[in-house]
Amino acid sequence: MTRRIAFKNARLIDPASGLDAKGGLLIESGRIADVGPRLFNDADPSDPEVIDCKGLVLAPGLIDMRVFTGEPGSEYRETLESASHAAAAGGVTTIVTMPNTDPVIDEPSLVDFIKRRAGATAKVRVAPMAALTKGLRGEQMTEIGLLQEAGAVAFTDGDRTIANARVMRRALAYANTFGALVVGHAEDPDLTEGTSITEGEYAMRLGLPAAPAAAEAIVVERDIRLVELTGARYHFSQISTGAALDIIAAAKQRGVPVTCGVAAHHLALNELDVGSYYTFRKVKPPLRSEADRAAMVEGVASGIIDVIVSSHDPQAADTKRQPFAQAAFGAVGLETLLPVALGLMHDGRASLAHVLHALTAAPARILGLGAGTLAKGAAADVVLIDPNDSFAVHHAELHSRAQNTPFEGRHFHGRAVKTFVGGECVFDRKARR
Amino acid sequence: MTSAAPAETILKSSHLLGIEQLSVPEIVALLDLAETYVALNRSADKKTSVLRGRTLINLFFEASTRTQSSFELAGKRLGADVMNMSVKTSSVSKGETLIDTASTLNAMRPDLLVVRHQDSGAAELLSRKLDCCVINAGDGSHEHPTQALLDALTIRRRRGAFQGLVVAICGDVLHSRVARSNIHLLLKMGARVRLIAPRTLLPADADRFGVEIFHDMKTGLEGVDIVMMLRLQLERMSGAFVPSTREYFRFYGLDHEKLKAAKPGALVMHPGPMNRGVEIDSAVADDIEVSLIQEQVEMGVAIRMAVLDALSRGLAREGRNA
Repeated sequence: MTRRIAFKNARLIDPASGLDAKGGLLIESGRIADVGPRLFNDADPSDPEVIDCKGLVLAPGLIDMRVFTGEPGSEYRETLESASHAAAAGGVTTIVTMPNTDPVIDEPSLVDFIKRRAGATAKVRVAPMAALTKGLRGEQMTEIGLLQEAGAVAFTDGDRTIANARVMRRALAYANTFGALVVGHAEDPDLTEGTSITEGEYAMRLGLPAAPAAAEAIVVERDIRLVELTGARYHFSQISTGAALDIIAAAKQRGVPVTCGVAAHHLALNELDVGSYYTFRKVKPPLRSEADRAAMVEGVASGIIDVIVSSHDPQAADTKRQPFAQAAFGAVGLETLLPVALGLMHDGRASLAHVLHALTAAPARILGLGAGTLAKGAAADVVLIDPNDSFAVHHAELHSRAQNTPFEGRHFHGRAVKTFVGGECVFDRKARR
Repeated sequence: MTSAAPAETILKSSHLLGIEQLSVPEIVALLDLAETYVALNRSADKKTSVLRGRTLINLFFEASTRTQSSFELAGKRLGADVMNMSVKTSSVSKGETLIDTASTLNAMRPDLLVVRHQDSGAAELLSRKLDCCVINAGDGSHEHPTQALLDALTIRRRRGAFQGLVVAICGDVLHSRVARSNIHLLLKMGARVRLIAPRTLLPADADRFGVEIFHDMKTGLEGVDIVMMLRLQLERMSGAFVPSTREYFRFYGLDHEKLKAAKPGALVMHPGPMNRGVEIDSAVADDIEVSLIQEQVEMGVAIRMAVLDALSRGLAREGRNA
């Protein structure tokens, strides 16, 4: 008995193939059995389950390349399960998890743990990244080959930059032996140590220890030079400054195998949004100048920035209700990723297909995942999006265990209506309340 | 002694968190009120009943003899019950958060909470969570509003007005909350402000504050009416901002030689405590012809009385009985 779900009257957008047309899609046994502009146009499908999309957008489920959870070690902040609920509500069908847990994911058995826990508890797919160096200490590289066999999709020290260029060079060279993807964080550790905001007039007014924006470009330039030495596949997890963007643009022009992402909050907020010590907007790297924010939007529009991520980082209230310098970094974002990204379309900065490309096909290609497409035969990870649904963010309505959203009260247009993973409906906005 | 005049409203806010949020009329009214307390403090009977029945808590997370005793004396002279709490005797060291500590104190129903904390924004955070008046007695490198007000009172008593005055603030501007509060206040009142410091002790984009920047003492002090020296905050030096105190003194320490560049009759201020022979030469600090340092301390008590008085009027308005 195979379950069949038919979608009709959808605006199909498949950024991987360039499809953007009215049509239908058929799910059978958890896979996309048929898709196309003419499907179900004339006759109603003769399937038991028919979803009339009424012109809403049907796209591949989102792949979020930067998600922190608290499992294992700080389950009070977020578990794989609670993160998956937030993901499903945000239209995200694959979360790529960071290894910054306790213990750090630097052992094949821990990758296995994540996969088994995710299989048992999570509603969406979980693709774990493993640490690039043991204990994230930036000294000894991890067992990249074994970790890859265990299922790690990429290697990263998460929100830490490997300070030692020699360690970084060797890790890149070794990773390249296995064709592994290295994901880097670009903040010079010495320039940023003890700081909590970007340097400038506003930081001075608040009297907060600040780091110069150049702390990012310095590492980006170094890592690109090391990629040129080693030939490794390298992805900057998130950049936040125009200077870093320029360096990456030039590197791409030279044919260096680098890609990069940007966090949704760096597209929508700038340093002034820190307001009077609003710790929910204390993120790493910090919110930047308006010029940098505009550069990030431009970077997505031009395609130099490949992917948009949530940088979902759940933090408990007590670590945020602190003086700014003491408060934890991080903001939840799985449920606001798509709304923020759709803002670029509403502002006329990018087409809907272009925005969705940065959330689906681009991360799938970089990670080598089969997801992120509406191709016939692919896993039925799809999301139905109402691109005009108007709403305001309320922390109490978030599905995440932690509610440290930087967008409280902010109005957005567009969000997920229904989310399917492997043909199973994991989120239905109408079914709630 | 009683306050016979009807207590008019002076401050719009029920907290004093910084100078940045104050208007010129508010500043002037506070200075005027402080003048009456200068007179009171010089009389034999220094006690009033303005704050009778009110409870004032001094919550100090950073050691400070000067500011804490100044607030304590101000509160007592106004008739309040004053309690001092410092970090070492509190449970903060046991892992209690700032908010928890403050909430505990809040439950004891103080009317006024004076707080000093090593982190910028700490006073503001408390003001959002507590229902008493919060007075910022210095938060990180952010603001120290009563210091700027007492400096202003000292200047006004000597020079009459701020318009056209040229004030140089010299030294560790980067870490100084005193500098930030003074910059806000002096610019609001119409003075011209210069900052003189080595580049490592100036914040990025400092010029965007509307001040002039100098790196050489003699050039910077030319034509200056008031020289405000800042303490070289050795305890905050997490990196090497200056190579040595002797090099600092050679180029940025105020001595009579450098002071010659300023306008004749220029006056010297320092928020204390001083590092003699580092940022200021004893010969200048102790020269009663130019140094206002002792006067600043005296004005400090008067200003804090004025601030406590002004904020307590808000309490009366809200109908909060003691």
